[in-house]
Amino acid sequence: MMGEFFVDPNRCIGCQSCVAACSECDTHRGVSMIHLQYVDRPISVQTVPVVCMHCDSPTCAEVCPADAIKRTGDGVVQTARKPRCIACNNCVLACPFGVPKMQVEYSLMMKCDMCYDRTSVGSKPMCASVCPSGALYFGSREEMEKQRPQSQPVNTFRFGNQTITTKVNMMVPKQKPVEHIDVMSAMNEEPIGIEDPFE
Amino acid sequence: MEGLRLDTGAEPDRVVNTHCCFCGQQCGIQLKVKDNVVIGFEPRYDFPFNKGMLCPKGVKRYLQGAHPDRLTTALQRDPSSESGFKSIAYDDAVARVASEIQRIQSAYGNDAFGVLSGASLTTEKAYLMGKFARVCLKTRYIDYNGRLCMVSAGAANKKAFGIDRSANPWDDILNAEVVLIAGSNTAECSPITTNYVWQARENGGKLIVIDPRITPIARNADVFLPVKPGRDVALFNGILNLMIENDWLDHDFIEQHTVGFDAVAEHVKQWTPQRTAEVTGIAEKSIRKAAELWGEAKTSFLMHARGIEHHSHGVENCLSAINIVLASGRIGRPNCAYGTVVGQGNGQGGREHGQKADQLPGWRDISNPEHRAFIANVWGVNADDIPQAGVDCYEMMRKIDAGEIKGLLCICFNPKVSLPDNAFVTRALEKLEFFTVIDFFLSETAQHADIVLPGSLHEEDEGVVAQVEGRVIKINKAVDPPGDAKQDWRVIQDIAAALHRTHGFTFDSPRAIFDELRVASKGSVADYFGITYEKIEAQNGVFWPCPSDDHPGTPRLFEKDSWNPVAKGSGPFYFPDGKARFNVAAYRPPAEDVDDEYPIILTTGRVVSQFLSGTQTRRIGPLVDQYPEPRIEMHPKLAAKYGINDGDETTVESRRGTITLRAQVVTTIRPDTIFIPYHWPGRQSANQLTISAQDPVSKIPEFKVCAVRMQKAEGRMQK
Repeated sequence: MMGEFFVDPNRCIGCQSCVAACSECDTHRGVSMIHLQYVDRPISVQTVPVVCMHCDSPTCAEVCPADAIKRTGDGVVQTARKPRCIACNNCVLACPFGVPKMQVEYSLMMKCDMCYDRTSVGSKPMCASVCPSGALYFGSREEMEKQRPQSQPVNTFRFGNQTITTKVNMMVPKQKPVEHIDVMSAMNEEPIGIEDPFE
Repeated sequence: MEGLRLDTGAEPDRVVNTHCCFCGQQCGIQLKVKDNVVIGFEPRYDFPFNKGMLCPKGVKRYLQGAHPDRLTTALQRDPSSESGFKSIAYDDAVARVASEIQRIQSAYGNDAFGVLSGASLTTEKAYLMGKFARVCLKTRYIDYNGRLCMVSAGAANKKAFGIDRSANPWDDILNAEVVLIAGSNTAECSPITTNYVWQARENGGKLIVIDPRITPIARNADVFLPVKPGRDVALFNGILNLMIENDWLDHDFIEQHTVGFDAVAEHVKQWTPQRTAEVTGIAEKSIRKAAELWGEAKTSFLMHARGIEHHSHGVENCLSAINIVLASGRIGRPNCAYGTVVGQGNGQGGREHGQKADQLPGWRDISNPEHRAFIANVWGVNADDIPQAGVDCYEMMRKIDAGEIKGLLCICFNPKVSLPDNAFVTRALEKLEFFTVIDFFLSETAQHADIVLPGSLHEEDEGVVAQVEGRVIKINKAVDPPGDAKQDWRVIQDIAAALHRTHGFTFDSPRAIFDELRVASKGSVADYFGITYEKIEAQNGVFWPCPSDDHPGTPRLFEKDSWNPVAKGSGPFYFPDGKARFNVAAYRPPAEDVDDEYPIILTTGRVVSQFLSGTQTRRIGPLVDQYPEPRIEMHPKLAAKYGINDGDETTVESRRGTITLRAQVVTTIRPDTIFIPYHWPGRQSANQLTISAQDPVSKIPEFKVCAVRMQKAEGRMQK
């Protein structure tokens, strides 16, 4: 199946279905390659799923002293190669998206490879198959544009002076940013003694 | 309890197309099977409702069958054993059950033996349980755990529409201009529906969410209405009042297709925006904004769930919500919709065919002589021999406590965890002279049984269920029950045989039961006559009613010029005049409101990784890890008042019980309300605190509101 990967945090409901499904994959069974976290649970239920963004010039590979991380011709940045990886953690520290994880048990950096075993045989990645909210989506760009007219895919990110372009797209609202909803401001009684965390 | 973890990766022998065993969405799923064990799953992309999507419960459900707790033999209570039980031969266990039924019924009368059943059973089994109680046991006392789930919505639907089913397929969410979600933690309790709602927003739709908490679906709401628990009638009446004031009404629809509008309009005059704001605790501007969005919309989908239904006025809550749908005229057309979000796997089908206290198959009324005669004919019994209506499941507990019911058979129900004020439930269960449970794990309720019979898991049997949209789908068998465990319908028939009452209990397959059910439902409101296993397979489900072989089913109810067996062509609604009913919904406060002694509102609900009383999901390791124990969710303002910090052990006390759990301090809940999820047993059970007040019509318990007090815990928490 030809497709691109899209992440839309605004749709994420924090259910962890992607995490659960990722750990079912045969190539890394029992270990999930997805990070799913609350942004700031005390004030919001907003969660963000993070898969590998598959950078065009992957920082993880650039900082790897053992040349263990390869980007294959289809643009997928692979998990570190076991014979080469020296478990130095450089990639873990350097990745601007915080994706690679050191599996101490195997002395190996492991990360999302966009379900290489599935996508290479025409199937969708596991996480994007099960995601019940459409926060993770795998399909054509045309499908995405048709389905989600309020959002647009972004794949260029700036971290300080570093500009990164990625194979994976992040969906952002086209118009105005998403409004933060607050219980107190929607209540009848005057909010007392609670400071608005966004003021 | 640790929960099970399995290595995946083994190559399956085969892959079975079926559905998830948990909630009312009934997502399509493929189960991988090797050596008669379910070893994994694959997304089922071809099933139109979920297209491969699953929540974490669905992803990890395959782990349940291989759990070491799986019951593989019958058990007999044995106080000398460490577990409290010893294994016995299945036939001996069935013989003991039969002899106790006979002993109790001859000593105290047929009604002294009761049956509790469940809405996670397939429709075939649910049908069989009703028939078993009425024909084999000849007892009036049967009820089911749908009493905790869908009954308020069901009663309101019958009063307003004459039929109890979501009126529209979920595709009607996608292009609705306004989606109004009342009392549904959609993202956690019916996760796949989220995608429909988000898609509606992408298509330009607006979202209104009514909930005391900002759940993940509320996070993206255009209008969020943080209602004070128990005040939904006031809110809907207030919205209707604004609709009338601003003439946001469909006068033609009201005139042609409804009755009772004037009385309702008169009644809601008192619900001025200001009074509505005062009673509901919602800002007046938010109420006005919601009413305007709803009022001016051309298309809409209103859906509600347990949040407005679990109340001592749950039926009124639902009726007041339906009133704003009827006033808008937006029903019975594409993208003009109303639905109730069912909770249990067969929450819809399990409430249609006769396991309710007052119901016969095909939604027939057990007190209606014509209905009794029809079913008596199908069953080959004398209509006079069918018992009259029994009572709801909580009232059955009271009758056990009062000594009226002496013996009980329970299947697919864990009342010790799921019923309110469960200290009372435990006391009642201990009073039974004889108690038998059919289950696949030794649930907290089964631990009180004299005999436990090993039944079947979802993947060990076949049959149909009706999911949230009213779509009847087919569960396919993936593996055989292990050891002495048997499919539940076989266990029931074995008991009938041991009682020497086999008449009507000699089915050789779920298909044979289904064929009788089709006939029993023929001509009724819930007509399944035209549904076959083959048609379900061919169409990816069949929406009931489906009265004949050549009928494709009815995805959308109440369409213009549609025919139904009650209206017989006079209109689209299921009343003799074909018109829908407005119902006056008078506001009543909750049964137990807060006071100086118990000043905080407790509300209860679910988390995404657990399901109902947790019998299955508390045994699945990764789901346990995701949310290991219940927490007390509270606003920082409330926490500060009691000197409680996030993570502090905190004691909550109601007039019925006490619980100590860790606090979760978040701004996403009203400051006058705390929330505790209810999936856990024993000292972690939220239902130690809840109140057994019930709706007078639906008999649903008021899980969503009771009064509690709170303090930082002294000493250590106990599990």
